[in-house]
Amino acid sequence: MAEAAEIKAPAANVSPAGGTAGGTAPEDALATGRGGGSPAATGPAAETTEVMTVNIGPHHPATHGVLRLIVDLEGEVVRDLKPVIGYVHTGIEKSCEDKSYWKVIPFVERMDYVSYFFQMEAYCGAVERLVGLEIPPRAKYLRTIFLELNRIHSHLVWLGTTALDLGAISMLWYCFRERDRILDLFEMATGQRMHTRYFQVGGVIEDIPLGFEAKLREFVAEMPVRVGQYQALLDRNEVFLSRTKGTGIVSRERLLELGVTGPLLRAAGEPWDLRKAFDYLAYPEMDFKIPVGTVGDNYDRYRVRVAEMLESTRIVEQALDALPDGPFIADDRKYVLPPRSELSTSMESLIHHFKLVTEGYRVGPGELYYAIESPRGELGCFVLADGSAKPARVHFRDPSFVNLQAFRDMSTGSYIADMICSLGMLDPILGGVDR
Amino acid sequence: MPDAPGLELIRGEIEQDHPGAILDTGFEHGCASMSIDPAQLLAVLGWLRDAPGQGYRFLSSLHAADYLPAEPRFAVHYELLNRDRVERLRVKALLADPAAGPVAGEGGLRAGHGPSSTPLPRATRGRNGEEEQSNPLPEIDSCVELFPTAEFQEREAFDFFGIVFAGHPDLTRILLPDDYVGWPQRRDFPIGGEPVTFTYNERNYG
Repeated sequence: MAEAAEIKAPAANVSPAGGTAGGTAPEDALATGRGGGSPAATGPAAETTEVMTVNIGPHHPATHGVLRLIVDLEGEVVRDLKPVIGYVHTGIEKSCEDKSYWKVIPFVERMDYVSYFFQMEAYCGAVERLVGLEIPPRAKYLRTIFLELNRIHSHLVWLGTTALDLGAISMLWYCFRERDRILDLFEMATGQRMHTRYFQVGGVIEDIPLGFEAKLREFVAEMPVRVGQYQALLDRNEVFLSRTKGTGIVSRERLLELGVTGPLLRAAGEPWDLRKAFDYLAYPEMDFKIPVGTVGDNYDRYRVRVAEMLESTRIVEQALDALPDGPFIADDRKYVLPPRSELSTSMESLIHHFKLVTEGYRVGPGELYYAIESPRGELGCFVLADGSAKPARVHFRDPSFVNLQAFRDMSTGSYIADMICSLGMLDPILGGVDR
Repeated sequence: MPDAPGLELIRGEIEQDHPGAILDTGFEHGCASMSIDPAQLLAVLGWLRDAPGQGYRFLSSLHAADYLPAEPRFAVHYELLNRDRVERLRVKALLADPAAGPVAGEGGLRAGHGPSSTPLPRATRGRNGEEEQSNPLPEIDSCVELFPTAEFQEREAFDFFGIVFAGHPDLTRILLPDDYVGWPQRRDFPIGGEPVTFTYNERNYG
């Protein structure tokens, strides 16, 4: 390796006894501006100039799923890195080609198992645009509410597990406490805690039940307090700060080249959010801000996501205040199941019901790419219709999959401990990466 | 998205610099798309990215599709995004199947996977080396130089469709195992029929 010669100089003039943090840090690690914290390599390891290739994963608790990393290490410093993925590939995209359009919905939900509502919206939105189906305003608002609740849920899972990686175990319990409240809300409205199959082509499957609104308002009132508690736990935590500040920096230009979107890009100072850029659902009527960072280090990523939780809470509250009355699903019997009550009195409804359940609806030939802002970035769904009742291709542009390419840039030249921190802040969901 | 006239303007400008590069334009469901000559892919993508007044600098998504039984059969889609004007533009490079001839047509959309349906890719596939000789793969230039984000996505398209991206730095399978044989997202590749690797029950109680 060519780098082996360069590193020799700083490592050689370090006495093995010089134990203070940062003193033995190689140039790259120092250049990132970290002011000490975790002890750098001392003793024999510091003098090692040999590059060692280490395999991390696929079954490792810090890889947030079944991710395998082949890391070239020089002492404790990462010199190169290659993610190996595909361990949980289940062929969802291929399976979708064998299902009628409405049966695809539960399939695609299971890709990114933390943000299932977003996959549903990307897919249903794409099919709605292909068939030219306008969804009623109430459905738009309900979808917005559930998407934003799901965003909070996803960020809570991220915050809990990432803080756990950095040694803050209590964060996991606090975050999962609030996550459980969101899952309770999902269960109340949809009957399922995860993989709810709540969104349908044309709207949502059911209206929210009585008592849901009160429970949601309770949650919305409490969430900002809870976020304040998370910040109180982490924002002045010396260990957390020194491990996140100045680590994993990638410039905004490089992130854009790599196609990175979502909180990672916003943390680098680029205010790009599809909710603002494109007009979908009830977002144009919502008043919310796009949190951006300045440096683009792991600390900014943390701050951006935490701020997003608060903004999402605001969106939920506004959507709830402005929730219009009216139907929650479009009234187009060619695509939408007729109400259950009509089945025993109307022959026509029964026929429509039978046709929709057995064959499904046909979608005229066409293709469409529809992208929304998921908790991890641009989640795009490409649907190719060939005129039959089954899609000819369903492809998901999963943000975790694309963002993972930035991991090499985030970690090269940093300590292996910072690599673990960067991976947590990257927030890949391997179910979405591998599909 | 550029509207339909805007799309024609872009087409006209590209035609001036690269005659014959644009084969067709389409505007449906509010989305603009253009089919291009795959040989001039990099010229068109580079023009859209760098020409003054264009600036489609962000490649949102790259994916492949199989239009069987249409000819040409494959397409690689480049979903470009202009973040200043907030416009999306789909560039489609249509690729014929070099292994076509009688095989592709006969396979049909829903080929069964019994031994009787011989033209299945599975039956004709050998190990990696032989495969390329016996079954040539469609090929297109890699755009990793222009858009580094394409690296994983081109590998994915190669993995599932067997589309070779010439010039890609590391064109290997990404989601499927390295020793997997076949291109499973092709429309003539059957669903199911994977051998079960967990045979404990079969062996002991079957």
